[in-house]
Amino acid sequence: IYLFTYFFFLLLYIAFMLFIVFDNAGQFFSSGHTNNWAVLVCTSRFWFNYRHVANTLSVYRSVKRLGIPDSHIVLMLADDMACNHRNPKPATVFSHKNMELNVYGDDVEVDYRGYEVTVENFLRVLTGRLPPSTPRSKRLLSDDRSNILIYLTGHGGNGFLKFQDSEEISNVELADAFEQMWQKRRYNELLFIIDTCQGASMYERFYSPNLMALASSQVGEDSLSHQPDLAIGVHLMDRYTFYLLEFLEDIHPASKTNMNDLFKVCPKSQCVSTPGHRTDLFLRDPGSVLITDFFGSVRKVEITMETINLTDPINPVNGELQIRKYSYVDQLPVSEIIHQKPKQKDWHPPDGFILGLWTLILLVFFKLYGMKHLKHIF
Amino acid sequence: MGLLSDPNRRRALISLLTRLNSPICVVCYMAGVAWFMGLAFEPFTLRTYMSENAMGSTMVEERFPAGERALTTGREFSAHKKKAGGMPVDWLVKTMQARGLEVFTQRFSRKLPFPDENKERYMVKGTNVYGILRAPRAPRTEALVLSAPCTPGDSNNQAVGLLLGLAQYFRNQIYWAKDIIFLVNEHDLIGMQAWLEGYHHTNTTGMDWSPLQGRGGSIQAALSLELSSDVITSMDLVLEGLNGQLPNLDLANLFYAFCQKIGVLCTIQGKLQRNDWDSVSGYSHSVQTMMLMVMKQASGRPWGDHGLFLRYHIEAASIKGINSFRQYKTDVTTIGRLLEGMYRKLNNLLERLHQSYFFYLMPSLSHFVSIGYYMPAFGLLAVILLLRALDLWVQLATPPPRTEDGITDKEQVSSPGVLSVLTPLVISHLTGVALYTLPIQFQEMAVEQFPVSETEAVVLTAIGVYTAGLALPHNTHRLLSGEGTEQGWRVLKLVAVLYLAVLLGCTALINFSLGFILALTLVPVAAFVTPHVPKVLSAFILVILSPACTLLFSVFFFQELQELPVSFQEGWLLYLSVISQGILDHFLYGSLVYPLIALLVYPCWLLFWNILFWK
Repeated sequence: IYLFTYFFFLLLYIAFMLFIVFDNAGQFFSSGHTNNWAVLVCTSRFWFNYRHVANTLSVYRSVKRLGIPDSHIVLMLADDMACNHRNPKPATVFSHKNMELNVYGDDVEVDYRGYEVTVENFLRVLTGRLPPSTPRSKRLLSDDRSNILIYLTGHGGNGFLKFQDSEEISNVELADAFEQMWQKRRYNELLFIIDTCQGASMYERFYSPNLMALASSQVGEDSLSHQPDLAIGVHLMDRYTFYLLEFLEDIHPASKTNMNDLFKVCPKSQCVSTPGHRTDLFLRDPGSVLITDFFGSVRKVEITMETINLTDPINPVNGELQIRKYSYVDQLPVSEIIHQKPKQKDWHPPDGFILGLWTLILLVFFKLYGMKHLKHIF
Repeated sequence: MGLLSDPNRRRALISLLTRLNSPICVVCYMAGVAWFMGLAFEPFTLRTYMSENAMGSTMVEERFPAGERALTTGREFSAHKKKAGGMPVDWLVKTMQARGLEVFTQRFSRKLPFPDENKERYMVKGTNVYGILRAPRAPRTEALVLSAPCTPGDSNNQAVGLLLGLAQYFRNQIYWAKDIIFLVNEHDLIGMQAWLEGYHHTNTTGMDWSPLQGRGGSIQAALSLELSSDVITSMDLVLEGLNGQLPNLDLANLFYAFCQKIGVLCTIQGKLQRNDWDSVSGYSHSVQTMMLMVMKQASGRPWGDHGLFLRYHIEAASIKGINSFRQYKTDVTTIGRLLEGMYRKLNNLLERLHQSYFFYLMPSLSHFVSIGYYMPAFGLLAVILLLRALDLWVQLATPPPRTEDGITDKEQVSSPGVLSVLTPLVISHLTGVALYTLPIQFQEMAVEQFPVSETEAVVLTAIGVYTAGLALPHNTHRLLSGEGTEQGWRVLKLVAVLYLAVLLGCTALINFSLGFILALTLVPVAAFVTPHVPKVLSAFILVILSPACTLLFSVFFFQELQELPVSFQEGWLLYLSVISQGILDHFLYGSLVYPLIALLVYPCWLLFWNILFWK
């Protein structure tokens, strides 16, 4: 009996160690993305819509600071506020009054400017259907391991967003564009933030997986602007993005803040409108999604001191190149992905332990009551 | 069957119409007048609000510092003005150039049709000086105008001083997206007309001016400044322009918004706002303010230098500084800040002001009545004319039942001669043409014959022709061989009533106040006049309600409203000067009130006079 007990506890210990090792590895690869993209769009023009450009540039600034390079950012600004004739401080766009923070800086790269910001161009960028002559800086070259941040701001209403005072994009169009992106495997996970009046209506119609959405106000509410600057003469920022910017200023590439904190940005007391969010299409738990998964470009790096032997290059046999047959990966393993259940994070005792426990109980039982009862069972 | 095609129902309707015609007319008239008076009652008005998004809710911090320097410049201007005996052109050009503007001048000259006794001028020669502040970074496609008149004597020196001070301050800023034109015009409206005609390459009034050397793009808005004292107690806004045209309400809203922000007392029609709209005195105060606006609009003359801009679709208003005996005084720096704020807001405009109302009445600076609310008052008066016309039509269609003897029957069966209807029409219009042309043409002859000045000659000739028209019916009937018939006067009255309805309708659309005032007096005339009413009494009433007497009463009423009542002598002289100013306005600026009254309203009234004396 003592041999059994000893053996049992050894089994327990090994199972436990295996579990811990497995858990670390799981955390290492939990996010599933290898590159980050950002599409930041300001849809309104005219001098009195200064704040929308300032909103977009603030998010641009944070995203760049946290590591996403210009080559992975598609910035669309519908009007040029920095060089507007009415700007008393030319070549600047401020986001705080008293000119504390110039979000225009000197290294802004605007990819779509002025009248190029149209619904058609926006949808083409998202779906990738651009003419072959389009330069790389104007393309969203994402793949199925990209996490994309999409930020929209401007004037909107129940179910639509106004582009340039002349056209609108509806929430159905946007949802369909995201579905096209999903079917073409153009994203791994997508975070959609919108700061307009009645912004929550824009994400009501989403139906593709792996989308998380945030909006600055619910249907029927207006998103308000934050503070006017008396020297420039316009409102500088919208409230939601102002507090979002404040929140993002505290994030650095190594921070572990997750999405649940982002949902708490700008409560009703500060924003007057009620920000909303939608996570039902997202497969991971928002508490485990880091801010830097979308806003930054953080790579998991493991430093090793070992030497690694690379395999020899393939030598042509008899002077001929070996022809390798290629085959396509299954393009739409949708069923696998959709039905894959997330790993439960709750801790269960390892299986070996349970087996050992039951064996022990049975042995003790039969020891006590004699082996003759075994006959009755079998 | 339908309401009108069923003969029984139609007969019932028609009998209703003929039976109740007079009571309905009276009720409509009362309702029209009551509606008009109710417009000034505050719960029926709307608060003013800013309609233009671009001029939105944010204000800037105004920083104009140089009020004292502006006053010094004004004093210099005054000294040079006295020395030059008119516009100190060289000094102005030099000062404006020192402030960094592009300066140009324009010469103009005009010989008035007859001497203007109010302003004492006949052959007018002058120079306008204007400086253009170019927008630092913008293309030169749009402009704003700030103007101050150069008046002889001691007035408006501070206005020119402030204009130059603002020019210097504005020149140092880089946020202008439109060119700003600073204009100093001589001989107020005549100079302004010459400048506008030169700027827009039109020549509608026969003035002689030199072409403008420098332009600034299409003008989006203009403000005219009148300031004659170093400190003021309130600022008055003048909106009425030529032919009763008003600028976009957003300009008034802008002014009011800045008055509230800076804390300056602001008035309209020189009257302060009151808060007690539910008391009788409060209500009568609003009524007075509204009636002043109605009177000013009906006169069709521009009440400030801004009035001529409106014809070119440029929203313009005049701002007057008033110094009355109040304790709290505002200095020139504050006025400068108010103007700076207004111009910064106008700078943000992307298109011309068009979001707010173009037709409105203001019982106070913060409340307005839009066209949709005040038109029914006129509509009720016009309905009376239509009812009368329907009544006459019915009477003409069905012969009257009485048959006294066979001879009367025969006469009624025959239709009235076209001649008997056409003749009064033609003769009335010829009289109207005479009223329009004779006073100016024969002023020399009149001056030779009678010991009067040219102006008096013109006015008295006009009155003479007017009164001569009263004698017409007797002469017309002597000309016509036959006698008029019962049908005849009915046809004439039908034509006259419809003619009046169309005339008043068109006038009310363009200049509501003029249309309404004419309707108030002429509609009762049209309604009740027939050959069968007592002649002497009706003749007297008709003369009282004729356009000339309406004008006389309006003059007295206007003076009462302004709290400067006049005696009968002074009133009569004022009346004569109003007639001469009206004729001058027409020839100098193209005001349409004088031709309208002479060529259209007066003949219409003469038709009714003819009907009264129909035999």
